[in-house]
Amino acid sequence: MSLGALISGDRPRSRLLAAALIAILIGLALAPFLFPGTRSVDTAARVCVFIVLVASYDLMLGYGGIVSFAHTMFFGMGAYGVALASVHLGRGFDALALGSLAGALAAALLAALIGLFSLRVRAIFFAMITLAVASAVAVLVSQLSALTGGEDGLSYRIPRALTAAAKYADGKVLGVRINGKLVNYYLVFTVSLILFMVLLRIVNSPFGRVLQAIRENDFRAEAIGYRVVAYRTAATCLSAVAAALAGATYAIWLRYVGPATTLNFEIMVDILLMVVIGGMGTMYGAVIGATLFVVAQNYLQTLLAAAGAALAPVPALPLLFNPDRWLLWLGVLFVLSVYFFPTGIVGRLRQRQ
Amino acid sequence: MSAAPDHTPTMAARGLGERLAPWLPVLLVPALCLAGWLAIPSGSSWLTLTVSGLAMGMMIFIMASGLTLIFGLMDVINFGHGAFVSVGAFCGISVLLALGGWAGAPSLMLNLLAVLLAVCAAMLATGLMGWVFERVIVRPVYGAHLKQILVTMGGLIITEQLILAIWGPDAIFFSRPETLKGAITFAGAALEKYRLLAVAFGLILFLAMRGVLRTTRIGLIVRAGVENGEMVEALGYRLRRVFIGVFVAGSALAGLGGVMWGLYQEVITAHMGGETLVLVFIVVIIGGLGSVEGCFIGALMVGLMQNYVAFLEPKLALVSNIALMVAVLMWRPQGMVPVVKAK
Repeated sequence: MSLGALISGDRPRSRLLAAALIAILIGLALAPFLFPGTRSVDTAARVCVFIVLVASYDLMLGYGGIVSFAHTMFFGMGAYGVALASVHLGRGFDALALGSLAGALAAALLAALIGLFSLRVRAIFFAMITLAVASAVAVLVSQLSALTGGEDGLSYRIPRALTAAAKYADGKVLGVRINGKLVNYYLVFTVSLILFMVLLRIVNSPFGRVLQAIRENDFRAEAIGYRVVAYRTAATCLSAVAAALAGATYAIWLRYVGPATTLNFEIMVDILLMVVIGGMGTMYGAVIGATLFVVAQNYLQTLLAAAGAALAPVPALPLLFNPDRWLLWLGVLFVLSVYFFPTGIVGRLRQRQ
Repeated sequence: MSAAPDHTPTMAARGLGERLAPWLPVLLVPALCLAGWLAIPSGSSWLTLTVSGLAMGMMIFIMASGLTLIFGLMDVINFGHGAFVSVGAFCGISVLLALGGWAGAPSLMLNLLAVLLAVCAAMLATGLMGWVFERVIVRPVYGAHLKQILVTMGGLIITEQLILAIWGPDAIFFSRPETLKGAITFAGAALEKYRLLAVAFGLILFLAMRGVLRTTRIGLIVRAGVENGEMVEALGYRLRRVFIGVFVAGSALAGLGGVMWGLYQEVITAHMGGETLVLVFIVVIIGGLGSVEGCFIGALMVGLMQNYVAFLEPKLALVSNIALMVAVLMWRPQGMVPVVKAK
């Protein structure tokens, strides 16, 4: 199979972008060897999961032209699916598979319901209704503590083959222990890569073209004979399934789910920011946005704390540079990028060619 | 030449169903009250819940009315509306706390004066903020829904964080002014004084708003603008200027709603705006975008539903309102009182 077929003929169309994408791919593929250490491998896994999550969101926002605030809900459904299956069915690969499938199915069903109800009326209702449904689900999850563990979340055991306890070779290879944790990372990496390629395939199919047409002018698309509601609902479902599978992968990696890691509104804001910074309407934007953002998140908060300390003598300013006010600066960055940088990094890079 | 077609007019009076149809949305509120009465075993708790549901509905109406007009007039969907609620509550309650002497005195006059000053401060602050918000955040993205939703959501986040930076991360607990505390007993049910006051005030405000929209010239322009903006502009009115006025007034009302909501809950947090925004959206969708009357009916229904269900099954309160919204959308996809032509 040629390279063009692997990326569904969607070329980066910019040398710099191609170089960045290859660097990210190599970096993630060899992360445990290039950046040994628990924290950096954790970051790499998070990058993988978020690339899929952001790409699936971009399918809705960038290609379908509809804003959803329920994407973390779908993400959480996959994660809680794995968690609940592992808690109730016991430790095993069958529980992981069953949980992921159940979560993805539930996400698809709910997405279809929301889509049919709101998109039938008016596309902007979708944003409001997803916000309402997502907050209702978040409240339910924190209240039904007997089932979901409430605010504390759920911890569970995953198959031993995926934990650090399982050893596959004696000694170290290139300074890294060959154990279950490494296998787990490559599971996350492979699943993410496959999901990303599937999403790339979807947006470059005739279906994806119709979505783009609807985004540009839904009235005209309807007039040509495409059923706008059906296409948008289908895009929502596909996006929800991909998000749920990303959530399931993340749950397998973390061995814990809770509202803070999956359902939090802050994660929704992160996703929005990653899509906008990377570039709406291109899958590669998701890769660039998610990688930059997750890596920056790990180190910028430290930087903000340093800035706060340095500005301590000036009144009022330290309050704004408090690390807890991290979301404030994300908000400002978000508004500014929507205004001045609507095509994102990928759009800019392609313009230069 | 062909013969004229047969013309046989029927003179039958309109049936009851036909005459009732326009009033159906209004009748839904008493119907919901009745359903609540049937579902709740004790009559006195039903009365208490109905009053608090109506009070909550009035406050949600005050917050939502601006949003629905803003959408109707300029096709702007403002996700930042919740920010005005929080800012209003924080400004108003700060003034109230600063006037602690007046609020704590057992005199009705002094108490009302303190509340009035707090409300004025809140409305001034949020009105001004609405003006800035319109200029800085909303104006550059007219006509682009996608960007509007994203940018105004960004505005909401920024405002929430600024409140956290200014007033600190902790929720502020306080108590109502002295004479607004306590409850009166009526037919065996304890009715909180403040809730009764909120119901009365909300009703007066609704009637006043309806009066302004129905009888004054500016109200006429606003209503005409909601129905067909292009035509109003073609007649020579600068709709954009009217819109700024409506935006500022709507923001000030959201601030007022915030103060009332804060006094109702006796606690304010920076996230209260985002939380009430969900209810506000449900109300606006149920009522029909652009319709003040629909918004009023929707708000009362949501308030009642929330209180009844919270009594019967606390965990399902928000879910029940979403179910209500789904039911209304299945019945009338454009909302109960559709005004805006499909845009």
